[in-house]
Amino acid sequence: MKTPIATSEQKQSIPKKETDTILKVSNLSIFYGSNQAVKHATFDIDKNKVTALIGPSGCGKSTFLRSINRMNDLIPIARSEGEIMYEDVNILNKNINVVALRKEIGMVFQKPNPFPKSIYNNIAHALKFYGIQKKKVVDEIVEESLKKSALWDEVKDRLHESAFSLSGGQQQRLCIARTLAMKPNVLLLDEPSSALDPISNAKIEELILQLKDEFSIVIVTHNMQQASRISDKTAFFLNGDVVEYDRTETIFTNPSQQKTEDYISGRFG
Amino acid sequence: MNSRVADRIATGVLIGLATIIVVLLVGLFSYILAKGIPNISWSFLTSPSSTVQAGGGIRDQLFNSFYILFITMLITVPLGVLGGIYMAEYAQPGKITHFIRSCIEMLASLPSIVVGMFGLLIFVNTIGWGYTIIGGALALTIFNIPVMVRVSEDAVRSVPSEQKEASLALGITHWHTIKTVLIPAAFPGILTGAILASGRVFGEAAALLFTAGLSTPKLNYMNWNPFSETSPLNIFRPAETLSVHIWEINTQGIIPDVEEVANGASAVLVLSVLLFNLLARWLGSTIHKKITASK
Repeated sequence: MKTPIATSEQKQSIPKKETDTILKVSNLSIFYGSNQAVKHATFDIDKNKVTALIGPSGCGKSTFLRSINRMNDLIPIARSEGEIMYEDVNILNKNINVVALRKEIGMVFQKPNPFPKSIYNNIAHALKFYGIQKKKVVDEIVEESLKKSALWDEVKDRLHESAFSLSGGQQQRLCIARTLAMKPNVLLLDEPSSALDPISNAKIEELILQLKDEFSIVIVTHNMQQASRISDKTAFFLNGDVVEYDRTETIFTNPSQQKTEDYISGRFG
Repeated sequence: MNSRVADRIATGVLIGLATIIVVLLVGLFSYILAKGIPNISWSFLTSPSSTVQAGGGIRDQLFNSFYILFITMLITVPLGVLGGIYMAEYAQPGKITHFIRSCIEMLASLPSIVVGMFGLLIFVNTIGWGYTIIGGALALTIFNIPVMVRVSEDAVRSVPSEQKEASLALGITHWHTIKTVLIPAAFPGILTGAILASGRVFGEAAALLFTAGLSTPKLNYMNWNPFSETSPLNIFRPAETLSVHIWEINTQGIIPDVEEVANGASAVLVLSVLLFNLLARWLGSTIHKKITASK
């Protein structure tokens, strides 16, 4: 079942063009009440690349990420200005189909949050909502997503056990598998490995590098080594401003802004 | 007084209070059961009550208690759970929500005799049903709804918000998330609420006196047609419950064995509540395990 995100008039008014940009952010501001959490952010996010958002706590990077699949809608006092263009549709438009948007732009959270159901049903949950009921098809998608998230070998013999019986790292990979099963175009990761041990962390990083062939990935991370290892481009956030956005290599070796260099070299934050 | 002494005293007082509660409960239970169990026999449970002679049973009253409980829960649980979901998920904080909440709390504190008089006015007289099971069940619903709404709301609210976010982030609608994530996770809490509410139904007499009545017509237990006059399933017949029966024979009974019947009926009532609670909890945990795939 494919639900169009755009209203019909929007589709007609803007001609479709092929680019390597998946998300075009322009002049985006996000407010919590009177407090401005993101200030006039403007940059493009590349298709099939990993984009890292770094910066000290409270700099607005998670707020920015959550606005891309409208999770900020759950916070009554949050409001946004500007636009994020995705497939010629402004994501922030009040009239778009948010449910369909979230299917195409999936999100994985900081704390692993599997449902209190079996491993199998964690993935089948959303499939059932989209009318995929046939056991054979569901079985295939479950296997495929678990293979993609490098979890299949560890859980294939206990698919019907509780997801809570998995370790933290496995739970997080299950959450990724659950999102992959929806076949999204964009994957938003909000500090996906900050709650995990180093080995699980390494597995998640390896996974992200494999996934970028198929998905465009935006990842928020506190871990600068992680950003430099896995991302193609990096945006540095500070107090709601996007101070610098460039190729990761450039950001970490030759940043153009003094503030970026101070943060990278650990002088604050 | 140093803090260690204070700690000892506090611990002692708490243990003392807990002991008093347990002693009271055990004392009450053993008294009721010791007095009542000798009067319980197969014929006591399976014969109809008598009006003048000794040796009457409580068959109809026992059935009526469970049947009114069933009908009441059939109305209370869906309404209460939906109300709780509304309060937890849809109601915007503000004056109207505040007003609804006050109304629910007020309803919860209504004396049951007042609810009974209200039922008499509305269901028995105005609508003209007379004394009926449905009238009794609706009266009981009135003061069980607040408990059910409150407990369901708390249960839904106590589901971690990460669960809800996870489901919404997968592109699932709010309502489907409520159905498939929030309600299953809140199920144990909702079940506790339903058990609390059903305990009140078993024990209630005042609200039923004027709504379900003090009598039961002659019932034919082989007749399962709910529209037939003599069917026990007919919801438009008067029905005296166990609690009401105990009250009735103690205040206006002319049978010679009032005390034996009252003691036996009390023991049956207490055992029914106990059995019902255990059964409901066992069923609840079985269902919960099945949904969550936990052991």
